[in-house]
Amino acid sequence: MYDFNYHTASSLDDAVAKLGAAEDGTVMAGGQTLIPVLKQRLANPTDVVDLSGIAGLSGISASGDSVTIGAMTRHADVANSSDVPAALCAVAEGIGDAQVRNLGTLGGSIANNDPAADYPAALLGLGATITTNQRDIAADDFFTGLFETALNEGEIIKSVTFPNATKAAYVKFPNPASRYALVGVFVAQAADGVRVAVTGATDCVRRGPKLEAALSANWSVDALDGITIPTENLNSDIHASAEYRAHLIVVMAKRAVAAAG
Amino acid sequence: MVENGIGASLRRKEDNRFLTGKGNYTDDINRPGQTHAYLLRSPHAHATINSIEIAAAKSAPGVVAVFVGQDLVADAVGGLVCGASVTGKGGEVNKAPPRNVLTMDKARFVGDPIAVVIAETLAQAKDGAELIAVDYTELPSVVSTSGADAPGAPQLHEECPDNVALDWELGDKAAVDAAFASAAKTASVDLINNRMVTNPMEPRAAVGEYNSGTDEITLYVTSQNPHVHRLVMSAFMNIAPEHKFRVVAPDVGGGFGSKIFTYNEEAICAWAAKKINRPVKWTADRSEAFLSDAHGRDHVTTAEMALDADGKFLAMRVSSKGNMGAYLQLFSVSIPTLFHGFLLAGQYTTPVIYLEMRCVMTNTAPVDAARGAGRPEATYLLERLVDVSALEMGLDPAEIRRRNFIKAEQMPYQTPVVQCYDSGDYDASLDKVLANADYDGFAARKAEAKGRGKLRGIGLSAYIEACGVAPSAAVGSLGVGVGLWESAQVRFNPTGGVTVFTGTHSHGQGHETAFAQLVTERLGVPVENVEVVHGDTDKGQFGMGTYGSRSLPVGGVAIVNACDKIIAKGKKIAAHTLEASEDDIEFGEGNFTVAGTDKTMSIAEVAFTAYVPHNYPEGVEPGLDEIAFFDPLNFSFPAGAHVCEIEIDPDTGTLEIVNYTAVDDFGVLVNPMIVEGQVHGGLAHGIGQALLEGCVYDDDSGQLITGSFQDYCMPRADNLPSFNVDYAPTVPIHNPLGVKGCGEAGAIAAPPAVINAIVNALGIKHLDMPATAEKVWRAAQAAG
Repeated sequence: MYDFNYHTASSLDDAVAKLGAAEDGTVMAGGQTLIPVLKQRLANPTDVVDLSGIAGLSGISASGDSVTIGAMTRHADVANSSDVPAALCAVAEGIGDAQVRNLGTLGGSIANNDPAADYPAALLGLGATITTNQRDIAADDFFTGLFETALNEGEIIKSVTFPNATKAAYVKFPNPASRYALVGVFVAQAADGVRVAVTGATDCVRRGPKLEAALSANWSVDALDGITIPTENLNSDIHASAEYRAHLIVVMAKRAVAAAG
Repeated sequence: MVENGIGASLRRKEDNRFLTGKGNYTDDINRPGQTHAYLLRSPHAHATINSIEIAAAKSAPGVVAVFVGQDLVADAVGGLVCGASVTGKGGEVNKAPPRNVLTMDKARFVGDPIAVVIAETLAQAKDGAELIAVDYTELPSVVSTSGADAPGAPQLHEECPDNVALDWELGDKAAVDAAFASAAKTASVDLINNRMVTNPMEPRAAVGEYNSGTDEITLYVTSQNPHVHRLVMSAFMNIAPEHKFRVVAPDVGGGFGSKIFTYNEEAICAWAAKKINRPVKWTADRSEAFLSDAHGRDHVTTAEMALDADGKFLAMRVSSKGNMGAYLQLFSVSIPTLFHGFLLAGQYTTPVIYLEMRCVMTNTAPVDAARGAGRPEATYLLERLVDVSALEMGLDPAEIRRRNFIKAEQMPYQTPVVQCYDSGDYDASLDKVLANADYDGFAARKAEAKGRGKLRGIGLSAYIEACGVAPSAAVGSLGVGVGLWESAQVRFNPTGGVTVFTGTHSHGQGHETAFAQLVTERLGVPVENVEVVHGDTDKGQFGMGTYGSRSLPVGGVAIVNACDKIIAKGKKIAAHTLEASEDDIEFGEGNFTVAGTDKTMSIAEVAFTAYVPHNYPEGVEPGLDEIAFFDPLNFSFPAGAHVCEIEIDPDTGTLEIVNYTAVDDFGVLVNPMIVEGQVHGGLAHGIGQALLEGCVYDDDSGQLITGSFQDYCMPRADNLPSFNVDYAPTVPIHNPLGVKGCGEAGAIAAPPAVINAIVNALGIKHLDMPATAEKVWRAAQAAG
């Protein structure tokens, strides 16, 4: 770990000010990605601004047709919440290990936008809205590429609002070593249609148009029979070839539909 | 019957400190004035080093010293040595290219140490290392075992033309070829024994300290054999003479072979502590462990069997290459040759066997002994070949094994590959494991699984290993540079407590408990009154350490032999005190008794008398403290049969081990609970190799791809079933304790059992390890 200046922010405005004053500053939410990266000297920020002291950034509130989760809400709190739909609880429950879930946060996960992370699939699959200190961003516009998001300089996530779905489920095929998703598929059927989000397979989470079309016509496991996913743009590494990932996307989608009921 | 003696599943004495955080590991040791070392390692797989500029690093904040290879050479510090000299084809001994502690001419693998920065803090040492400017000329690299000796492959050492360190053969080639020419049937399989990183929970570490008052160096180090560390560093590396050099291996968190060897970092800590006259500490992080620990396995093999019309093995022919990495470690070429070839008969009567093994150098970390060391590779190729043979013959895998087993009544049995087995009943192990696994009921279970859409398979392996390494004369004649006896000292303290000094080292094996049980059994002393000391060259007599399942079969015998010397001397003292003839003194359950009388004294009373010898036999020395060295007459030959049953999800290729049944012959079990734990650990190791683990270097760049647990998959609890473990012991004629060793069995037996189960489920001939979900899925697709 290189030396850096550590700050606790008392408010979002304070965090933005401290970031603005830094030569090369970064925010820290739960630190479950940032700290390992710092320890391995893979990043060298001049300043780290810790958001954990800011009041009002964590917590879960359900309304009639949606649930809003504060950006600093820990995965474990989402997993154990009775206000959160079961499919979203299951996503949180399946992230990392108990230590990660007790410290890692929703905002930190989606701001990092790891290509194999679970939460982005839930946001994209449910058509969530990300609220920042500057604006609201639709999930469809938020995840822009490998570890890239639509967040501007000095823009910090406050909360995420997930509309309720009629049916939803997430099933992932874990990388045997890291247990991140080699492929994870979130399916949802809601009043405004069917959404399918696929994580782990491409540069970042992406919707599955072929799967959505098939499930829109017929919400059933059988509807996905015979669908083939093109291998171009799919990740390929020592753990899974693009061809295998393409196959797993359909299998995981089927299992997600079965789980969603 | 002595309480808590041999056969008692006593809870481990050492676990109190381990489970309550009171262990004392090398990284827990901090010495006054300590500095921290950080090694600058090559980022390139293969590169010429044109220059190393260290001036900026030397003047960086907190930096105490910066050293390069030349600094050690100037101090006459020798290089790391290969301790094996194995004679290959044409009477040619293996090449042994030199290796400096810090490489000076070329970097030969990613992680090859170039320079060391010693600073007040580790962060300052790392900062300093970033200021070192190394001018490299990158060279093409070769990492693949099969391609290392290809024409035009990049050359690592001028001493090793074509990157060949040794071309070795074993057996009568002409006889084998003749048997193949006239065989009714032949079977053949090409396979890869995947490269492993053993990954002990505790990474390697070292703390060097110099006492200028006594001119002594102390090295605290993660070692499986502290005396061997001292010997090698003294005799070959010129760190310090042995009598001025103390090596301490305190609590060590696992070794699996990788902590046998002397490493660059350890020599640096010992040498630099004197050079700067301050303690120097180095602890590997996990990334460094992946890069710099000795790796294991990594063979590419073609194996063939010649059979008669009844499925009897007539001859076996094996052609193999073993990857040695960039430099030859301490055992290196002896592993794919002696420790591999000599086990190729397995449990079978195959009359003639021929092996050619080419040991090749590549731009990868050195490869050496890892749990089983050569024997897993032998067992894997043999037990795969036996299943392929069964397939060719249309025989059940159990039946073809039975037809070829060495029978119990044939023991001792001279194999065609040097080893002479002293004991074993392979039919008994097989019968028991088939019964325990309900082998006959498999067809019904397979049908039931098919109804659930799962492919169920069953696989066998019948393994043998040579443990209790080893008879010194035998290994010496083969080119191993040391004797492999073991030592023990059993010391009665005046008040009756016993301290046992063993030359072996415990790094997870539970010696402190099992060895105390040996003393309790032999001397009748309560087990809580026995303390086992190991791991400090200043405390105990010379010993050879722990590897090759040798600690109990060799070190344990040394302990009981020392106990017997205690008894013999005690009889003289008791006879004098009890006013009887020495010949009339009987010893049992801790008491010396005059035969046929009630005149008796306890061994504690004898010990007190020995230290307070006011009334004492003439000519007998005071004290009760005996030492024994034991050189075994033969290896020990643990064996067994394992059955693995798996279910494959054909949609994804994921598989579950639904049953795993082991029946092992370890001879006498001193502590059955510890043995069962060793079996479980070994099975996790073997199943990990079969399904999950595999060290991968990039063919083009030579970079280590599996450089962290994010990519190198260690087995976890949810990958493993609840094991069904049982035993079918036989009596080894050469071992006075009747023990055979158990630490490596699971790692040897499991890989072929698992792969045999997978190919059985898929109805295919072969699938290489690790059998990842994608490989299994592809095989399932291809098999329809």
